[in-house]
Amino acid sequence: MAANTHAIGKSYPPASYAVGREKIREFAAAVSETNPLYFDVDAARAAGYADVVAPPMFAVVYAGRAVTPALFDPEVGIDFPRMLHGGQEFRWGPLVVAGDEISTTATVKDISERGGMRFYVFETASTNQDSATVCTGTWTNIVRTES
Amino acid sequence: MHGDLDEHREDGIVNGLEPGQTIELKITPDPFVTVRYAGASGDFNPIHIDEEFAKQVGLPGRILHGLWTMAQVARAHTEAAGGPERLKALSVQFRGMGRMGEEIVVAGTVREVNGEVAVVDSNAVQAGQRLIRNAVAEVSTR
Repeated sequence: MAANTHAIGKSYPPASYAVGREKIREFAAAVSETNPLYFDVDAARAAGYADVVAPPMFAVVYAGRAVTPALFDPEVGIDFPRMLHGGQEFRWGPLVVAGDEISTTATVKDISERGGMRFYVFETASTNQDSATVCTGTWTNIVRTES
Repeated sequence: MHGDLDEHREDGIVNGLEPGQTIELKITPDPFVTVRYAGASGDFNPIHIDEEFAKQVGLPGRILHGLWTMAQVARAHTEAAGGPERLKALSVQFRGMGRMGEEIVVAGTVREVNGEVAVVDSNAVQAGQRLIRNAVAEVSTR
């Protein structure tokens, strides 16, 4: 069975995310960050930020939820138990801080098949409450079609 | 000591960065890192947190989240550069399965410096196995 390529270009409704101070601290601790910018409000303000700063990889939290509907979209048709995360790219704009409201739109960028593997590539674009693009992401998932 | 970014900026390795310069970060994930990361990230795929489930699907046991390992690659760059605002882009390819209890080494080399952007190539290796390969970062030099 060939890959369903007709979903290429499909977009999903924006996913919104309210960035919380404790969530930033929890995430930063879970990835062994120690920079006071991520934990200490006074340190963040002294450095010119409105509140604690989210580590760049916090994009996983606010943008990841926008990808989930695409992963489970029957029109995309991913064989989920056989899916592997093959690659990830993020490009960052202004830093995200606690109190930001982030809106993320996901798009099916490409679906292709080669070498017994199916490649599903999704793109996300995340903007803050000031319409600044804080992060764009490219999420590549691989499904083996041969065992 | 709290967050004196200006001090970091003056002392940061990236200032005066030259091609060939290296960065390194070492970390040994503890047995519960995947549980904390699952909660922090929202990725509760049982292959990361349920030993029995992981073995049932043919894995040696619970494995690390690839995006947790990518976060270590990101941290190697932000720490070397002096802060999160310096990391402009990072792309990675995920390969081997990361395990808990064994040291991971993130090692990178500056490939080139174009104006105010350094391009850094890196890998993340655990017990001789590459968990992340062909990582490319763009790091602002000011």
